[in-house]
Amino acid sequence: MAEPERSEVDPTVSDLPTPLLQMRGIVKEFPGVRALDGVDLDVAAGEVHCLLGQNGAGKSTLIKVLAGAHRPDSGEIRWAGSPIVFGSPHDADAAGIATIHQELDLVPGLSVAENIVLGHEPGRFGFSSPRSAENVARALLRRLGHPEIPPRRELGRLSAAGQQIVSMARALSRDARLIVMDEPSAVLDADEVDNLFRVVRELTADGVAVVYISHRLEEIRRIGDRVTVLKDGRTVARNLSAPQTPTSEVIRLMTGRAIEYVFPDRGPTPTGDVVLEVDGLSRRGEFADVSFTVRAGEVVGLAGLVGSGRSEILETVYGARRPTTGTVRARGKKLPGGSVPAAVRAGMGLAPEERKSQGLLMSEPVYRNVSLPALGRFARAGFLSGGAELAAAAEITAQLDVRPPDPTRPVRTLSGGNQQKVVLARWLLEECSILLLDEPTRGVDVGARSEIYALIRRLAARGVAVLLVSSEVPEVLGLADRVLVVREGRVVREAPATELDEGRVLDLVMEGRDREGSRL
Amino acid sequence: MTANDRQAEAVVTPPVPPAAEQDRVETEGARADRPSALARVLDTGVGRNLGLVAVLVVLCVIGVSTADTFATTSNLLTILTSASIIGVITVGVTVVIIGGGIDLSVGKVMALASVWATTVATQSYGPAVMVFCALAVGAGCGLVNGVLIAYGRIVPFIVTLAMLISAQGLAERISGKRSQIVTDPTIAAIATTRVLGIPLLVYIFAAVVAVGWVLLNRTTFGRRTFAIGGNPEAARLAGLHVRRHTVLLYVISGLCAGIAAIMIASLTTTGSSTHGTLYELDAIAAVIIGGTLLTGGRGTLIGSILGVLVFTTITNLFILNNLATEVQNIAKGLIIVAAVLFQSRARRADT
Repeated sequence: MAEPERSEVDPTVSDLPTPLLQMRGIVKEFPGVRALDGVDLDVAAGEVHCLLGQNGAGKSTLIKVLAGAHRPDSGEIRWAGSPIVFGSPHDADAAGIATIHQELDLVPGLSVAENIVLGHEPGRFGFSSPRSAENVARALLRRLGHPEIPPRRELGRLSAAGQQIVSMARALSRDARLIVMDEPSAVLDADEVDNLFRVVRELTADGVAVVYISHRLEEIRRIGDRVTVLKDGRTVARNLSAPQTPTSEVIRLMTGRAIEYVFPDRGPTPTGDVVLEVDGLSRRGEFADVSFTVRAGEVVGLAGLVGSGRSEILETVYGARRPTTGTVRARGKKLPGGSVPAAVRAGMGLAPEERKSQGLLMSEPVYRNVSLPALGRFARAGFLSGGAELAAAAEITAQLDVRPPDPTRPVRTLSGGNQQKVVLARWLLEECSILLLDEPTRGVDVGARSEIYALIRRLAARGVAVLLVSSEVPEVLGLADRVLVVREGRVVREAPATELDEGRVLDLVMEGRDREGSRL
Repeated sequence: MTANDRQAEAVVTPPVPPAAEQDRVETEGARADRPSALARVLDTGVGRNLGLVAVLVVLCVIGVSTADTFATTSNLLTILTSASIIGVITVGVTVVIIGGGIDLSVGKVMALASVWATTVATQSYGPAVMVFCALAVGAGCGLVNGVLIAYGRIVPFIVTLAMLISAQGLAERISGKRSQIVTDPTIAAIATTRVLGIPLLVYIFAAVVAVGWVLLNRTTFGRRTFAIGGNPEAARLAGLHVRRHTVLLYVISGLCAGIAAIMIASLTTTGSSTHGTLYELDAIAAVIIGGTLLTGGRGTLIGSILGVLVFTTITNLFILNNLATEVQNIAKGLIIVAAVLFQSRARRADT
């Protein structure tokens, strides 16, 4: 495909009269790479400005420049019309720019109120005043629509969504005029996303500017005013109208292509043997009486909200959590509850939700990540023969088209999609027959997603039984043969994917009811 | 592009980005992570060790120029002999730290093992039983540490600190706070025996290092140790027996302390509760300047051993030059800080 012409990819709608923030030609170089290669960004007061781009397009670097964490090598930043230099995070803070990072930068051991006022504690002569801090916190949390969060609660005991709210309250407590939100919805439920959007609208109504970053394009349409698209460290389009620009156009700008996710063909209904039987599985406080089966070659999807128990079900099937009652049978053999090694021996493999913290050894080379569960095969009496291991890992990663094709490269240097392929390669090498996938495309950019989908289908076609968890309903519907809808720890509906659509599944996960009114 | 075209493209070509485009993105990303030449050299195990080798060379140059006796064979053997006991302990501590733990108890476990192996009762059974006792006491203490950490889920720092204190107490209790003389001639002879002119203690040291190196670098056990130290959750979800493995790490560390107990009992011809005081800190310091991450998952045994040699050589230099030991400790402290600064620079350039 030919590189699109520059004139075509710069459909600048209009420059606003006085943008609050104006960045021009920002360049930031790191040893060996130009992370930002001439980025322009205009943000007006009172707007939600969406920043889009694939992983590695330079979004994170740009945010860090804005937050004063990186100093740009060249380019100009104007703040409310006058040039400004952010030499340190403190400068950005003083100007009124607050960032809500993807990895929340809060202190788990402090209380909610202490976190909100951290660095700006109300008080005199160095003595803090807990009561006024709590009052500040209470007022902000009420404003954010979460009066139920107790200011004295230890932060670490809140849910991810709760912590996100606290992070936002913290930004508000600084009287921020510009709030950067880096994938704020990644850890939120549909309900919580609605609430987040309500808060964002209130903020913008007050004249606060929001820079909103998300992988979910449908959110951009719902909340965004204008869009700036980054690609390879450059601004390829700026100030597009968020509600009017077609999704296909945005994707084309981000990737240079015009395809939305394409789900591979399902093929005939799988009729393989039942290889995974889950019967009456329960875990106190998490989920109850979950029963289902998965056939060889079949993809079964678990749809449900964050907190509905879907990931917990997956992890319990895998033995990473011990069930209160119920049994799991893999290829006819009953597994002891709560033993991952037993599950792996029985042919199971898990691609966990948090790839970096749960799945991979980030600084180890690809091949060592791939061979980890199957290591015993490359050893005699415990002594490794390195050659066979490397060769096997090289073969399997080549099969999955892991790029770059160098199995000795540290995993952390790979993109999100390729890291996920490394996790899949691991279980392929182990010749696992039951694959459990928890959010297989989280943090995977648009281009690599379709590849992962095709890969999952290919594995199923080889006879692997796949159990898939995803918070993106279209993903479950597009990929799975059969769907289990989970709500509040119970399976409320089981149906072939072709009999469901997104609206019905959403009704089910929210209300527990089918639109037709059939309740299970 | 019309909807029809799009469908046709979707059917005909697999939905992957154009290869050239993807490659560009990937190589770009790769370049971002390609460290500078200096950092790259320093980042390899060999490179980090080269830094320490350079420090050792500098120390030797200082030694040769300040003391006539430094470069003599007997002095070099003295350095190696005095490095041998702390060296054996350091092997165990390195294994534990790479596996994501810490063992503060090694010094006093060694003391306890030396006392247990040299009681009148134990000595009456002969040298084999003495050796067995020392190893069993060491491994046993390690087992207790490991079980409390892996299955009791108590932080390694606390468990091994408690073991340090109680092993000290038990050693004092058994020995009545007296030094127990080694009367067994075989044990006493270990320290005085030389093979090809080199003390037997040095051979034991070398053997333990060799076994430790093979274990860490050439076995599934070693590979899994790195995995568990680097990311215990990922290791668990990959189906590794993380707890069982953790117990074994501490048993290995205890076993090394047991071996060191026999060596020190032979060298000093006593078993005493005062042996091994602060050895844990010397060992940890050697591990740190050897480039092993204190958080686990990365490190080299060779680095740790070079770290031991650096510290022992410094001690030797101070003794040869009749300098006060207080100054020597200040120098060691500075070296630790300098080494860590140097490594973190190299690592930062790397990411």
